[in-house]
Amino acid sequence: MTSIDTHQEPFRLGMLLNDTRYRSLTIQVFALAAFILTTAWLVSNTVQNLSALGKDFSFSFLGSRAGYDINQTLVPYTNNSTHARAALVGILNTILIAILGCGLATVIGVLMGVLRLSGNWIVARIAAAYVEGFRNVPVLLWIIAIMAIITESAPAPRAFRGDEASASMLFGAFAVTNRGLYMPWPVLGPGWQLVVLTFLASLAAIVFLRRQARRRQEETGEILPIFWLGTGLFFVPVLLVDALLGGPITLDYPVLERFNFAGGGFVDKALLALWLALSLYTGSYIAEIVRAGILAVPRGQTEAASALGLRPRRVMSLVILPQALRVIVPPLISQYLNLTKNSSLAIAVGYMDVRATLGGITMNQTGRELECMLLLMGFYLLVSLGISSVMNWYNASVALKER
Amino acid sequence: MKYAIWIAATIVGGLAAGAASAQTLDAVKSNDVLKCGVNTGLAGFAGPDPNGRWVGFDVAFCRAMAAAVLGDQDKVQFVPLTGETRFTALASGEVDYLSRNTTWTLTRDVDLGFTFIGVNYYDGQGFIVPAELGVTSARELDGATVCIQTGTTTELNLADFFAANGISYDPVPIQTNSEALQQYQAGACDAYTTDASGLAASRATFENPGDHVILPEIISKEPLGPLVREGDDQWADIGRWVLNALIAAEEYGITAENAADMAATSENPEIRRLLGSESNLGEILGLDADWAVKAIQAQGNYGEIFAANIGEGTPINLARGLNAQWTDGGLMYSPPFR
Repeated sequence: MTSIDTHQEPFRLGMLLNDTRYRSLTIQVFALAAFILTTAWLVSNTVQNLSALGKDFSFSFLGSRAGYDINQTLVPYTNNSTHARAALVGILNTILIAILGCGLATVIGVLMGVLRLSGNWIVARIAAAYVEGFRNVPVLLWIIAIMAIITESAPAPRAFRGDEASASMLFGAFAVTNRGLYMPWPVLGPGWQLVVLTFLASLAAIVFLRRQARRRQEETGEILPIFWLGTGLFFVPVLLVDALLGGPITLDYPVLERFNFAGGGFVDKALLALWLALSLYTGSYIAEIVRAGILAVPRGQTEAASALGLRPRRVMSLVILPQALRVIVPPLISQYLNLTKNSSLAIAVGYMDVRATLGGITMNQTGRELECMLLLMGFYLLVSLGISSVMNWYNASVALKER
Repeated sequence: MKYAIWIAATIVGGLAAGAASAQTLDAVKSNDVLKCGVNTGLAGFAGPDPNGRWVGFDVAFCRAMAAAVLGDQDKVQFVPLTGETRFTALASGEVDYLSRNTTWTLTRDVDLGFTFIGVNYYDGQGFIVPAELGVTSARELDGATVCIQTGTTTELNLADFFAANGISYDPVPIQTNSEALQQYQAGACDAYTTDASGLAASRATFENPGDHVILPEIISKEPLGPLVREGDDQWADIGRWVLNALIAAEEYGITAENAADMAATSENPEIRRLLGSESNLGEILGLDADWAVKAIQAQGNYGEIFAANIGEGTPINLARGLNAQWTDGGLMYSPPFR
C-alpha cells in the first residue's frame, strides 16, 4: 500500500530556479532589476556627459523670444513670440495636415478599394496600378516628387501679369501658382452670425430628416426620397437669409500685386504637396484594407441580399460595408497613426509643422537637442494615443453587438 | 514598444558618451583620419570636383588641418552636413572639425558648447533677385516671397530686417542651398537670401548670371569660421593656430611652393619659428616641428586658398574686401608666433 505524501517540502533557495512555481517569479524579478539598472545607467550617463559638455537640462528656452518667422500660422504669431508659441504653431500645423490627410486618404482609399473589386476590367486595373504604385515607393519620394511637379509645372505669379499674360486665373477667382493656390476667401460683415446660424440649423434639419427616413424605413420598409430635399435644405435657407440681410458675407478675391497675389485665401504649395502625397500614399494602404474587409464578408451575404431584391448599391451600403467595417477599422487605426507620424517628413518641402519649428529651427537656434526631441516624442505619443482612443471608441460602436 | 525604448535610450546614451570623450588629437591620430564636416555643396566653398575629390575654400582648411596633424592632406573623411545637422554632428563626435561657412555667434560659442577657433571669411547676408523684377533695394521687397535656408542665422536676420523696416514677406524655409536655388530659379520665390559670398557662388552656377542682381544691402555681420567641440582646449588650440599659420604665411610671403625653402633658408626669426626651424612651437601644440610647413604646402597660404577657390578670376569672383590682410586694409590678422 502506498501512502500519499502530504508532507510540505520546506522552502529551499534552489527552488527559485528549479521549481516551476517560483521560477517565473525569479525571472521577472531579475528582468525588472536589469531594466531599472540599465535605465538608471543610461540616464546618469546622459546627465553626466551633458554636464561634462557644459550643457544643463532645462526647458526655460521655451519662454524666450523665437526670432524667426513662420509662413503658415493658424494662431497669431510674430517673430517676437516665444519658442513655446512657435511650437504651438507647429503643433497646429501638424494637426491640420493630419486631419486633412486622414480625411482625404479615407475617401481615396475607400473609393479605390471598392473600385479594385469592380467587375469592369479597366477600372479594376487602374485601381490596382494606383495601389501598387503608391504602396511600393517611399512616401518621402512622393512628397518631393509632387512638390517638384507643382514647382516646375505651375506658373509663377508674374506669369499672370500684363496684357499678354501666359497664365490666367480660373473663373477669375482661383490662381494656381508655383507658390500655392490663391483663392477667394469669405469676409464677414455685420450680421454674419445669422447666416452661420441658419446654416447650422439647416444641417441639424438634414440630420433630423435622415433619422426620420431611416426609422420609417426600418418600420415600414418604405424608402423616402430625401436626397433632393436635403440638398435643397443645404443651400436654399442660407442663400435666402444672406440675400435678405443684404449679403453680410462677401468674398475677397486675390489680386496680383508687385510680387504676389494679395487678399483672398492662400494655400501654401508645401501644404498641398504634403497633403496630396500623404493622402495618396496612405490611401493605397487603406484601399487594400477596404478590399480585404469587403472580401471578408461571405459571398452568401451578397447573394442573400440580392435574393431579397436589394439593388447592388444598397447591397453594398446596407449589407456589405457595415459588416466589412468590423474588419476594416482596427487596421485603419494604424494607417491614421502612420499618416500622422509621416507628416513629420514635412521639413522636406518646408512645411512648418512641429518637427520644423520645435524640432528644427528652435532646436537649431537654442541647441537644446535632447529637450526638443523629448518634447516632440511626447507630442507624437499623445497625438497617437488620442487617435487610437477615438478610433477604438468608433470601433466599439461598429463592432458586432452581442446580446 | 519596450524594445523601441531600449534602442532609443541606448542611442541617446551612446551619443552622449561619444561626445564626452576628450583628447580629440589622440583619437584623430589613432584613427589616422580627420573627420571634417563641410557643406553639402556650395560652389567655391565645398563640393566634389568632377573626379569626386572634395575641393573648395572650406575644404582647404580641413586639408590644411589634416596635413598639420597627420602629415597628409588627403587623410580627411569629409562629412557633408546641412545647416540643421551640422551642430548635432559636431557635438556627437561624428566630425572633429566643422568647416562649413558657420557664423560665429555668442550663443553658438557659449550655449551650444562649441569653440570657434577664428574667422576665415568675413561675410554678411544679402539678397539676390531676378533683374527683370526691377528691384534695386531690399527695402522694396514688401510682400515678396523669400527663400531661406532653414537652421541658419539668416532666418533670424531676415525677420529682424523686415521688422525693422516695417515691411512684410512670406518666408519659404528650405533645407539645402541647391533646393533653394531650384525654387528660386523656378520663380517660386522672388528673392533668395543667404551670405553674400554664397549668393555670388550660386550666381556663378546659373545659366545666365547677368539676369540676376545681388542687392546692395548687407543686413548682418556674418563672421564665418571653423569650430570644434568645447572642452578640448588642445584641439581648439591646434585648429586656431593652423588657421593663424595660413594667415601669417600670406603676410610673410610663404607659399605652398616656397614653404620648404623658406624653412631652411629664411633668416627672419618669426618665419623660422612659424616653420619650425627655430624654437619648439610644434612640440607645444603636440604636433611635429614642421606642422606649419605641411599645412601651408597642403593648399597654400590663406591668400592662395582664397584666390584658387573664390577669388577674382574664379567663377565665384569675390573681391578680397574685408578679407584682405590687415596690411592691405582688411581684417585678416594673425597674432604673433612666439
